[in-house]
Amino acid sequence: MTAYLIRRLAYAILILIGVNLITFWLFFKVNTPDDIARLQLGAKRVTPDAIAKWKAERGYDKPLVYNAAAQGMARFTDTIYFEKSVAMFMLDFGRADDGRDIWYEIRSRAGPSLAVQVPVFVVGLGLNISLALLLALFRATRFDFATQVFLVAMMSISSLFFIIAGQYVFSKLWHLVPISGYGGGPDAIRFLALPVAIGVFASLGGATRLYRTIFIEEMGRDYVRTARAKGMSELAVLFRHVLKNGMIPILTGVVVVIPGLFIGSLVTESFFGIPGLGSYTIEAIQAQDFGVVRSMVFIGSVLYIIGLIATDISYTLVDPRVRLES
Amino acid sequence: MVAAAVLRVRTRRAALAAAVLALAACGEVWNDPYPAAGAPDNTLYSSFSQRPKHLDPAKSYTEDEAEFNAQIYEPPFQYHYFRRPYELVTATATAIPRPRYLDAAGRELPSDAAADAIATSIYDIRIRPGIRYQPHPAFVEANRALPREAIARHHRLADFGPGATRALVAADYVYQIKRLAHPRVNSPIFGHMTDYIAGLKEYGETLKGAQKALEAERGRGAWLDLRRHDIAGVSVLDEHTFRVTVKGKYPQFLFWMAMPFFAPIPWEVDQFYAQPGMAEKNFSLDWYPVGTGPYMLVENDPNARMVLLRNPNFRGEPYPADGEPGDREAGLLADAGRTMPFIDRVVFTREKETIPYWNKFLQGYYDRSGIASDNFDQAVRTGSDGETQLTAEMEARGIRLSTSLSTSSYYLAFNWLDPVVGGPGERAKKLRRALSIVVDFDEFISIFLNGRAIPGQGPLPPGIFGFRDGPASVNPMVYDWSADGGGRASRKAVTEARRLLAEAGYPDGRDARTGAPLVLALDTTDRGPGDKARLDWYRKQFAKINVQLEIRGTDWNRFQEKIRKGNTQMFFLGWNADYPDPENFLFLLYGPNSAAKSDGENKANYANPEYDALFERMKNLDNGPERQAVIDRMVAILREDAPWMWGFHPKSYGLAHSWVANGKPNQMARNGLKYQRVDHVLRAQKRAEWNRPVVWPFALLVAALGLLGWLGLRYWRRSEAAVAVQA
Repeated sequence: MTAYLIRRLAYAILILIGVNLITFWLFFKVNTPDDIARLQLGAKRVTPDAIAKWKAERGYDKPLVYNAAAQGMARFTDTIYFEKSVAMFMLDFGRADDGRDIWYEIRSRAGPSLAVQVPVFVVGLGLNISLALLLALFRATRFDFATQVFLVAMMSISSLFFIIAGQYVFSKLWHLVPISGYGGGPDAIRFLALPVAIGVFASLGGATRLYRTIFIEEMGRDYVRTARAKGMSELAVLFRHVLKNGMIPILTGVVVVIPGLFIGSLVTESFFGIPGLGSYTIEAIQAQDFGVVRSMVFIGSVLYIIGLIATDISYTLVDPRVRLES
Repeated sequence: MVAAAVLRVRTRRAALAAAVLALAACGEVWNDPYPAAGAPDNTLYSSFSQRPKHLDPAKSYTEDEAEFNAQIYEPPFQYHYFRRPYELVTATATAIPRPRYLDAAGRELPSDAAADAIATSIYDIRIRPGIRYQPHPAFVEANRALPREAIARHHRLADFGPGATRALVAADYVYQIKRLAHPRVNSPIFGHMTDYIAGLKEYGETLKGAQKALEAERGRGAWLDLRRHDIAGVSVLDEHTFRVTVKGKYPQFLFWMAMPFFAPIPWEVDQFYAQPGMAEKNFSLDWYPVGTGPYMLVENDPNARMVLLRNPNFRGEPYPADGEPGDREAGLLADAGRTMPFIDRVVFTREKETIPYWNKFLQGYYDRSGIASDNFDQAVRTGSDGETQLTAEMEARGIRLSTSLSTSSYYLAFNWLDPVVGGPGERAKKLRRALSIVVDFDEFISIFLNGRAIPGQGPLPPGIFGFRDGPASVNPMVYDWSADGGGRASRKAVTEARRLLAEAGYPDGRDARTGAPLVLALDTTDRGPGDKARLDWYRKQFAKINVQLEIRGTDWNRFQEKIRKGNTQMFFLGWNADYPDPENFLFLLYGPNSAAKSDGENKANYANPEYDALFERMKNLDNGPERQAVIDRMVAILREDAPWMWGFHPKSYGLAHSWVANGKPNQMARNGLKYQRVDHVLRAQKRAEWNRPVVWPFALLVAALGLLGWLGLRYWRRSEAAVAVQA
């Protein structure tokens, strides 16, 4: 397994370089350094001199990837790409175009994002699996049919609707929780109760139906029939055999998203006023802030790679037949 | 068995009681969106949607930022909060200075000297003694020579200790004017000010060289002490007086000195923030502003909330005793003579979405609110007399509505360099006038702005000197004036537009020479589904005279680039006044300001020698009949040439709860927080009344879920107990 992990990590470095290059190319295909300067300096009374000074101050006055005027290695190192990207691989994310420290911003926003996403993930996963098991247990009954209709309806509705409806009912009509906002410490519970409940509720439809299908497929297998023939109760079959074996395909989709929880959710954070990372990338794209965009894409890529490797490792933990080999 | 069941029931009851107690512990109101930390009651609650990028007064140039900066920094002058038209009054200065004029030989000229004869205008500004800065660590000497490691241990400004203060001196204003030229600061108005402040351009070059030499010696980011470099046109006369020498005559300079660009910055603060390691920790003037104003920023989390606290060193300022007619009757002068500010703390919460923002206002958690289009019908109705009124729901809550016309102009510009719609030729002029008639901005205002604007008749919005009321305000190229019913303007008929179009060489929308249909292009950044209705509306307007409109959607960068290069045909833009002077609008059509030729603000690239000559004369005149006559002529030229469709001037609508006093819309003064007063006892009472928790539906929901679970369990037990085949 060690050899496998080393190989995956080596691939990861190449992937990160590739992602970084593509991000750089795409960003500067759409925005020129002049555009960035103009946006930062505002729409009024911007002079060419002010633009030149802004670019020089932030290193945007250099060629993008190749500096023909320089000598030797400086042809590659005295460029925007090199100066903006290489330090990032040393985890020095630098400063946003408005002068603010990117790493500070990421750290301060990650907490609120995780405060919403982790409970949504944990409670949601638990509830989805429980409900899926229940449906598998009551399969082909009126309860199963009715619940499935309900779940399909849930899948068809945008999460935005759940947010607006939730805010309307629980905060505006019943006045039970704040409509939006965020607080630290124990006070956070008041603010997180509704977004977490809505996040869990909105994820019910798709996930529960998928897990139900997985469990029902498992219930039709020979080893389940054998267990029943040996006199095991249906509950024991479900929890001791079906759940365990059904977890393998569930893990595929679940473990990979765990690192990504850190990134947050754009819509939820926006509507509930949660100062998380959800909107950081979007705001940076709108503000044409390359420093933030490349940092967030980099972190997103790293987290995704970690998620994939963690998924592979988790296979070996839940299924002893799986071996990771190079 | 029975004992176990009893235990289960007791456990459930205990859990339910605990949940109820936990909720009850939150207080009488459960949906209060503010963290429970004990805040003083005398707080104003407001919101912001865009995070401020710059709080450094040399860089900040947006309204979002002014909301904070104007409460913290104090330029020498400010606008009178109540008087209209807008009028400059003193802030830290003792008087509004009258400039002294000198000719090229340095001889003093009379105050009514011709602008051409004036080589320099001298402004001597005297500030009041005894004004003190907010407490700040920069005023503690030891904090200006900290090692990097010590700075690295600090996370908030408060970590540097309690701070100190010092008195405001004239040199602080001079220091800030010097900062406008600092190559590291990169002020957006530096380029503009080099045209006026004597020696500023050269000073910029001096600083560039000095910064380079300093950094070569001490490394990048070393502090450049601006006190060591003098600027020709700005000097300290004594501890409380400084002088600014302006090239030629530029009466608008005083308006600039009412903006935070000209607020004082102490050299100690500049040195404090320039220390190595400060920027890495976000310790900068952009993050922690320092001023003499009524408030100081004590919490800066631009992603969540910003908190202003009363500056304990603020000298206090008397509430104005006069205003415009009606202000006294409206109760706006009830606090006359009392010392401001009245509010101890202002909490700005970031709200990105209008739905939670609006609902929180209705719940009483925001003291004031604007009105988004989605909520317009809920808040406002038009009475039978055409008067805007609040709906019954709003009135029942005691909410008050205030409206004011913005000092802004939104226009659809024709590119003067375009061979079809541009230029001074008669053919293009008639085409522009025909299009100006058919694009019905009255309808646009009604459909897309809920009636919250007035149609433009020229470049000047109401409230700016030069704007005329009554029949003279009406653009005769687009409207006909009718004296019926007290007088009203009605848009000319489409037949008139068709006639003009035919005279322009496009009868029935086709080129008379080639027979090809006339296709015009509108460049826009609008292209999403949300913009479709507006763009379809434009197409429909052009189609009234069989002109085809092609929408060229693009991103903001390309849109701006096209305008700069003059590669557009028509486009839609707006301008918000920097200061209440007609020069600030009429310069948008001044030929030498052409965007394509000089990267200026004349985006339409309009050029008319007569207009340009009149502009040069008008900008130096004092407000009076002579200036009005010149403006009238300039507006007449513009209406005749029609380089813009005159679009509209928006109205701003604001709502305030009954517990907020002294609010009056002011399009110029951004430092309005010090005038506001809040009755926090009434607010607490109303919040409790409006937000009583309704628990029973939730309890019912929980009970229904419990019942469902019990039925499921019963069903399961039955099916487990059942046998496959009955004997």
